[in-house]
Amino acid sequence: AGKSKVDDEVLDNLEEILVTSDVGVETTLKIIDRIEARVAKDKYVSATELNKILHEEIASLLDENKSEDVEGYTIPEGIEGPYVILVVGVNGVGKTTTIGKLSAKFKSKGYKVVLGAADTFRAAAVDQLKLWGERTGVDVVSKGMNTDPSAVAFDAVKRGVETNADIVIVDTAGRLHNKVNLMNELSKIKRVMQKVTADVPHEVILVLDGSTGQNAVNQAREFTKATEVTGLAITKLDGTAKGGVVIGISDEFKIPVKYIGVGEGVEHLQAFRKMEFVESLFGGRDATKS
Amino acid sequence: MFDNLSNRIDRALKNIKGEGSISEINVASTVKEIRRALLEADVNFKVAKEITNEIREQALGQNILIDVKPGQLFTKIVSDKLTELMGSEMVPFTPTGNPATVLIAGLQGSGKTTFTGKLGLRLKKQGKQVLLVAADVYRPAAIDQLETLGEQTGVEVYTERENKNPVSIAENAVKYAKENGKSIVVVDTAGRLAIDEQMMDEIEAVKKAINPSETLFVVDSMTGQDAVNTAKTFNDRLDFDGVVLTKLDGDTRGGAALSIRRVVEKPIKFISTGEKLENTLDEFYPERMAQRILGM
Ligand SMILES: Nc1nc2c(ncn2[C@@H]2O[C@H](COP(=O)(O)OP(=O)(O)OP(=O)(O)O)[C@@H](O)[C@H]2O)c(=O)[nH]1
Ligand SMILES: Nc1nc2c(ncn2[C@@H]2O[C@H](COP(=O)(O)OP(=O)(O)OP(=O)(O)O)[C@@H](O)[C@H]2O)c(=O)[nH]1
Ligand SMILES: [K+]
Ligand SMILES: [Mg+2]
Ligand SMILES: [Mg+2]
Repeated sequence: AGKSKVDDEVLDNLEEILVTSDVGVETTLKIIDRIEARVAKDKYVSATELNKILHEEIASLLDENKSEDVEGYTIPEGIEGPYVILVVGVNGVGKTTTIGKLSAKFKSKGYKVVLGAADTFRAAAVDQLKLWGERTGVDVVSKGMNTDPSAVAFDAVKRGVETNADIVIVDTAGRLHNKVNLMNELSKIKRVMQKVTADVPHEVILVLDGSTGQNAVNQAREFTKATEVTGLAITKLDGTAKGGVVIGISDEFKIPVKYIGVGEGVEHLQAFRKMEFVESLFGGRDATKS
Repeated sequence: MFDNLSNRIDRALKNIKGEGSISEINVASTVKEIRRALLEADVNFKVAKEITNEIREQALGQNILIDVKPGQLFTKIVSDKLTELMGSEMVPFTPTGNPATVLIAGLQGSGKTTFTGKLGLRLKKQGKQVLLVAADVYRPAAIDQLETLGEQTGVEVYTERENKNPVSIAENAVKYAKENGKSIVVVDTAGRLAIDEQMMDEIEAVKKAINPSETLFVVDSMTGQDAVNTAKTFNDRLDFDGVVLTKLDGDTRGGAALSIRRVVEKPIKFISTGEKLENTLDEFYPERMAQRILGM
C-alpha cells in the first residue's frame, strides 16, 4: 500500500465507520480529534501506519480489564466467604443467560458456584435460571415468584457461606434505569446481602445489549449511580451490531468490559479483548480508503 | 444530556459574529446540527444523511434565508418532515380469517413474549376467543413464561412440550383453534438473529405453514444503528405487516423507529410501554414519535 493523506475524506470514512458501529457522535469526534492531534492533517503516512494509529487511539479509550484473570475465570484470593457477584441491567439484555454461561465457566475451573434467583418478577424468570442451573450442574437458591428479591439475595449469600461455596452469582430482574423505585431496589438488595457478610457484593456486572444504541450511555450512568458497577458484559455480539457505544461508556465511567456474549449457548461467553473488539468495529473496512 | 432540537437550530443559526442575515453557511451548519441530533437519537447513519439532505432542499426551497423567524420555520420543517416519515396516518391492526392468525417475530429479548401476552389480553377484552401459541422451543422456560402470562390474563395458551418443531406446533395450534371455536391465534416464536440462516429458514417455514393474516416484527426501541439491517432482513424473509416498538417507557430517543420505517416502509402498529400487561400497549402516534426523536 502506498502513502495515504490524513485528509477530510479519511476522517469522513472514519466517522462513518464509528457512527455506524454505535460509537456515538460525541465519542467519534473525540477520537477524530485525537487522531488529528497525533497526525498532522494533510500529512502523508502509510495506510498501515494510519490504521494502526486509529486502532490504538480507540483502544486507549477502553478501560483496562485484567483479561488474564477473566480468561482463567479466577477470583481474587484471600476473600472471606464466597465471592459475590450481582448482575444488573435493563430488560432483556441477557443477564440470566450470561449468569448461566458464567456459572459453567467458573465450575469448569473447579469453583463451587451458587446462583440466586432474585428476579422474582418477570414471568418464569425463576424457572429460566433453574434450567440454567440444571444445565450447568449448579445449585440455585430461590423463594419462588413474587417474593422479595433482597430476601432471595440474602438466602443465596447465606447458602454460599453455609455450603462453603466459592462464588455466589445473584440474578436480578430487568429494570429500566429511569424507574426510580426499581433502581432503589438494587441498593436494598445490596444492603440486605451485607447482613450476611460485609463487603458484598464483590462485583457488580452491568449487562449491556450489544445492539443498543446511545441509550446504553444513560443506562451506564444510572446504574453506576445506583450501585458500584465494577465491570461490563456486552451481549449479542454474534449479530451484526458492533457494540461501539461501550467505548464511550468505558471511557466516561472508567469501567472495564469483562465479558462478551456471542451466542445463546453455554459456551458462548468470552473474555473481552480490546484489540479484537476494535478490529471488529472496522470489520475489514479500511478507513484510509473509501 | 442532548440539547433539544429547536435550541440547537437556534444556536446554529445565530451568526457567530453577529454580522447580518442568515446565509447558506448558516443553513449548512444548521443542517449539520440536525444530522447530529438524529445520529444521537440512533437514527441510522445513511438515513440521517438522506433526511438532512431533503430537509436542506426544503429549507432553501421555502427560502428560509429571508424568513423573519428562520429558527422556527426550520424547526417546523424538520418536525413535519419526521412526522411524515414516521407515517402520517395510523395503520390499524386488523387480522382477518377464521381463525385469524398472527405471527410474532424478532431478535432475542426484544419483547415478543411479553407483547404476545399483552395482545392476548387486548383481543380478549375485545370479546375475541384468543389462543396464544408457545412456539419458542429453544429459550429455557419460554413455554412457562407464556403460560404464566396466559394465566395472568385468563387467555388460553397452546403448548406441546415434547414437540421441538415450531412449524408443526403452529400448524397443530391452528387446527386446535378451529376445533375449539377460537377466533384468533397469536404465535410467539423464539428470538433469532437476522444472520442466522437456519433460524430465519425456520420462521419462514412457520409463516408458510400458517399463512398469517398479520406478521408483526417486534423491535426494542433502544436499538442502535443495526436496526435497519435487522429489519430489512426480517422483512425480506417474512414481508411483515407491521412493527411493534417496545420499552418506550425508558428514556430512549428511539431513532431506530424512524430508520426502520424509512427503510422497510412498514407501519408501526403498536408501542409497548411497560413490563406489566395492563395499559401498556398503545396505538402509535407518528407526531409524538417524531417529537421524541428530536427531543422536543
Ligand atoms: N444471540 C445472542 N442471544 C443472546 C445472548 N445473550 C442472551 N441472549 C438471548 O437474549 C434473550 C434474553 O436473554 P435473558 O438472559 O433472558 O435476558 P435478561 O437480561 O435476563 O432478561 P430479563 O430478565 O427479562 O430482563 C434470550 O433469548 C437469550 O437467549 C448472546 O450473547 N447472543
Ligand atoms: N420496561 C419494559 N420492559 C419490557 C417491555 N416489553 C418487554 N419488556 C421486558 O423485556 C424483557 C424481554 O421480554 P420478552 O418478552 O421475554 O422478550 P422476547 O423477545 O420474548 O425474548 P426471547 O424470547 O428471549 O427472544 C422482559 O424483562 C420483559 O418484561 C416494555 O415495553 N417495557
Ligand atoms: K457483531
Ligand atoms: Mg433475566
Ligand atoms: Mg420470548
